[in-house]
Amino acid sequence: MKSQPATVRIAAGQGFWGDWLEAPYRQVTGGPVDYLMMDYLAEVTMSILQKQKSRDASLGYARDFIPLMERLLPIVVERGIKITANAGGVNPRACAQAVAETARRLRLGGKLRIGVVTGDDLLGRLDGLLARGHELRNLDTGRPLSDVRDHVLSANAYLGAWPVVDALRGGADVVVTGRVTDTGLTLAPMIHAFGWRPDAWDLLAAGTVAGHTIECGAQSSGGNCLVDWERIPDLANVGYPIVAAAPDGTFEIFKHPGTGGRISVAGVTEQLVYEMGNPAEYITPDCIADFTTIRLEQKGKDRVRVSGVKGRPATDKLKVSVAYFYGYKAVGTLVYAWPDAYKKAQAADRILRQRLADLGLKFEAVLTEFVGADATHGALARAATPLDELPEVQLRIGVRSPDKPAVERFTREIAPLILNGPPSVTGFAGGRPKPEEIVAYWPALLDKRMVKPCVEVVEV
Amino acid sequence: MKKVRMKKVRLLDIAHARSGDKGDTANVGLIALKPEYYPILVKHVTAARVARHFKGMISGPVERFELPNLHALNFLLHGALDGGGTISLKTDAQGKVFSTALLRLELEISK
Repeated sequence: MKSQPATVRIAAGQGFWGDWLEAPYRQVTGGPVDYLMMDYLAEVTMSILQKQKSRDASLGYARDFIPLMERLLPIVVERGIKITANAGGVNPRACAQAVAETARRLRLGGKLRIGVVTGDDLLGRLDGLLARGHELRNLDTGRPLSDVRDHVLSANAYLGAWPVVDALRGGADVVVTGRVTDTGLTLAPMIHAFGWRPDAWDLLAAGTVAGHTIECGAQSSGGNCLVDWERIPDLANVGYPIVAAAPDGTFEIFKHPGTGGRISVAGVTEQLVYEMGNPAEYITPDCIADFTTIRLEQKGKDRVRVSGVKGRPATDKLKVSVAYFYGYKAVGTLVYAWPDAYKKAQAADRILRQRLADLGLKFEAVLTEFVGADATHGALARAATPLDELPEVQLRIGVRSPDKPAVERFTREIAPLILNGPPSVTGFAGGRPKPEEIVAYWPALLDKRMVKPCVEVVEV
Repeated sequence: MKKVRMKKVRLLDIAHARSGDKGDTANVGLIALKPEYYPILVKHVTAARVARHFKGMISGPVERFELPNLHALNFLLHGALDGGGTISLKTDAQGKVFSTALLRLELEISK
C-alpha cells in the first residue's frame, strides 16, 4: 500500500459554469496543488444541457470545459495534478470522449486516464420509478411528481463522493461526472488520499465542510465579501481558495502567494452560512455535517484553519433534481429621468397595467420593481430613502403565464409608452423583450437503493 | 425604579451577512462583527423581529438557527422569492441581497 500523504491540496477552479476562465489556469500554475476541483452544475443547468443533448446526442455537457482542458492538460500531466469536475452534465461519456480526443491531439496518449461517473440520470427511468411507488414528492410543496410528469425535461439524482473515489482508485487523472454534489468533488480526493472509511462520519463531514467552503470559488477568498469590502486587496488578481487537508479531518484554507483577495475568518464564515438551511443538518449523500461544530482560526495572513467538525450517518435517501417546463415569462424595462423620476415610473406602471387589463390579458403574476428605488430592498428602501430627488429610476415590469400569446402581447406594450406615456423616458435600446420559457426545479428524495452509480476509467 | 437607558444600533454596525436561496426560500446568515456582539444578536434579532422587518416582502414564516461557534444566526425566509429560481420575476430572484436588507434593521439595546 502506498504511504499516506501528510496533506492533500485541493484547489477550487470554478464556482459555477460561467465563472472566471483564468481561475483554473492560475490555480494549477500559481503554486503546488494536488487536485483541481471544478463545479459546473447549478439546478437549472441540467435542463439546458438536456435540451442540447436532445438536439444533438453528442452534446449535453459543459462545452467550454474542453478548451479549458486543452489549456490545462499539458500542465497537469507534467505536474501530476488530478482534476475532479461535474462538467459532464447529462452526457459525461461524450464529455470524457471530447477530453480524450483533446489529449490525443496534445500528444498525451499513454500519459492520462479519464474517469467517467454516470448513473445519476433518471430521465429514462422515471415512469418505472413512479410505477413502483416512488412518488418523488416535491420537498417544498409536498405534491407528487405525477402532477408535472408530462412536462419533465431532466431528472438527476445527486451522487456523492464515493463514485469519484472509485474513479480515482482506478487510476483516473481527470474525473468527469454528471450530477455529483459540489462537496463530493472535494471530499473524494481526501477519501482517496487518506483512505477514510465509509462510516468515518466526522471525517466525511469535515471533507464536506471543506467542499462547501471552496465550492463557490472566490466567495471564500474575498469575492462578494461584505466585511471591510473596500479594503480587500487586488480583487482584479483574486486568488481562488485552496484546501490543505490533513488525514485527521482538519484543514486550512489558503490561496497562492502574490494573488489578490483575502482569506479571513469573517470571509470564510460568510461562505459557510451561504445557502444554509438547518446548520446542524447539512445533508449530503455521504454524511450529515453539523456546521454548529466547526471551529475557525486565523493561522496567518490569508490562512484559516478549520477543525472540530462532527458528522452523523448519511440518510438512506438521495436528493433528486427534476427540471420541468412551467410556462413563460418576460421582463421589460424603461428608464425615467429627473425631475419626478420615481413618480413618472409609477405612472407608467399604472398606465401599462390598465392597458393589460383592458386587453383582457390574464397572467399568473405581474411584478413591478423600481430599480434605483426599491428593486432589491422593497418597502425597507422606500422608507429609508428620499424618493423625490432620485436622478433616474428604471421601471422594471415582468409577467408570468402558461399562455404564451399573452406574454408575447405584453412585450409589445412596453415600447409604446415611450411616446404615449409619461415624459423623460429613455433606455429602450435593447428592443422588445422576448418571452422566455420557464424551466422550473422540482426537488425530491429517492430511496438510495434505486440509484446505482457507474464508474469507468479509460486510458487515453 | 431604576431607569434603563437605551440606545439605537443599526445591525449594519454590529454584524455582516450573506444570503442565498433554496427554491422560494431565502437564507440570511447574520454574523457578529465581534464575538461580544453575538449575544445582542441572539437576544434582539429574533425570528419574530425579522418577520416584522420583512413584513410585506415575504409571504411565509421565518425560521432562526443559532451557530454560536461562528457567532452567527441563520434565518430562513420562506416565500421570499416570488416562486424562486427561474420562476421568479424579481431582480433578486436568488435572494442575494436580502443580507443587506436585514442589516437595515435598527435595534434598541440597553447602554
